[in-house]
Amino acid sequence: MKESISLTWRRIPERYKMIGTRCTTCNSNFFPPRSVCSKCRRKGKIEPFEFSGNGKIYSFTEIHAAPAGFENQIPYVMAIVELDEGTRCTGQIVDATLKDLKIGDRVEGTFRKLLSDDPEGPIHYGFKFRLKK
Amino acid sequence: MAGIVGYGAYVPKYRIKSETIAEVWGEDPNRIQKGLGIMEKSVPAIDEDSATLSVESARIAMERAQIAPDELGAVYVGSESHPYAVKPTATMVSQALGATPNLTAADLEFACKAGTAAMQICMGMVDSNMIKYGLAIGADTAQGRPGDALEYSAAAGAAAYIIGKDDQSLAIIEDTFSYTTDTPDFWRRTKADYPSHGGRFTGEPAYFKHVQGAFNGLMEKMDEKIDNYDYFIFHQPNAKFPKAVAKKLGVPKEKIELGMIVPIIGNTYSGNTPLSLANVLDKAKPGEKIFVTSFGSGAGSDAFSIKVTDKIEEKRKKGYPLSHFIENKEYVTYAIYAKLRKKYKGM
Repeated sequence: MKESISLTWRRIPERYKMIGTRCTTCNSNFFPPRSVCSKCRRKGKIEPFEFSGNGKIYSFTEIHAAPAGFENQIPYVMAIVELDEGTRCTGQIVDATLKDLKIGDRVEGTFRKLLSDDPEGPIHYGFKFRLKK
Repeated sequence: MAGIVGYGAYVPKYRIKSETIAEVWGEDPNRIQKGLGIMEKSVPAIDEDSATLSVESARIAMERAQIAPDELGAVYVGSESHPYAVKPTATMVSQALGATPNLTAADLEFACKAGTAAMQICMGMVDSNMIKYGLAIGADTAQGRPGDALEYSAAAGAAAYIIGKDDQSLAIIEDTFSYTTDTPDFWRRTKADYPSHGGRFTGEPAYFKHVQGAFNGLMEKMDEKIDNYDYFIFHQPNAKFPKAVAKKLGVPKEKIELGMIVPIIGNTYSGNTPLSLANVLDKAKPGEKIFVTSFGSGAGSDAFSIKVTDKIEEKRKKGYPLSHFIENKEYVTYAIYAKLRKKYKGM
């Protein structure tokens, strides 16, 4: 699988450091980043906001039929994580299988390879989650 | 004088036992474990490489240093398994820490000692006031040819050191000395998947000559003696060599024990000596002295004299100690190991 280089490059702040956005009008945090506040609309003032990567598992599932580029990783766990700063995001839980996890488990951010294009293409990195012990 | 302002270490979760590898190749596991002294080694997950290990260790180092990312003036990553042939691992690491863009960054390679070479470069830049803080990392996801003796030892791990002025340091680097020659003991040619080595040649003319050269060189330069040090760290390609060199040099064996982590995580190459130092710093008390000697095939050794300060106890409360990652482990079969290391055709 190939991902556009410009898309990867644009998402580096979001993927490497979990930089989302925050509306300073209503104090809502958004991840992935939003450029308009869903509550305040045009009255909202949006600025970058770095998430800690800490949160808890809201829901999770194990992937056995992976999309292109992720075939070598099966089986792997995808989860909806409730971030401590107050929003939910989707991410992979690494170093774990279904039997290791339950809803509500604490997780922390980690830095991993997301996918790598063919042997001559770029490698895409970003955040994933792991159980906090 | 430069010192260590923050440090961090990381080892992947997966392990494979020496006996599991020995079983595949029809070797006697007792002979392997007795000969190399390696019981098990770390194995990176399928989505880990030297860049991700570097970031994990560097984030802990930054937490302990308590500095702003943009205060880093230099980032150097030493590894023999950089993810790209051309595109510095140091760029990904700098970006992931938020240290970009006003800094210098580059990758280093010197077999198992590129991490300590990175520390020396940062020391020079701090001492000459070129930079305020420099980040030096030793990281590897080392590969051994299937069935080769190196397959029992080649492991994965990383340690990161933030070098700054001595007045902010948890440990002062009092001095350093290096010993380097052209010695063909171990190499990997461009495009080769696995390294080659000179068998028995790796011992006397390579490891022992260079480790002793750097050790004696620094002791003489500083007019120091073994009795003045509490801990000694020697590069550990296996558990046998560091014990043998300690004996040759007259270093008491109890002084090398804390740094001996190769039996339980394997040889993490560029991460090897930096990880051992992290394990000692996790336990050392203020005022204690550590003598460190790395070794990289090709060949060279870097020796350091390090004195722990009273800042260590406060700083190491932050972030995970190395033992957190060493103890949190899961064993894999040889088949899973081969998958994680992408040894199957078509992966």
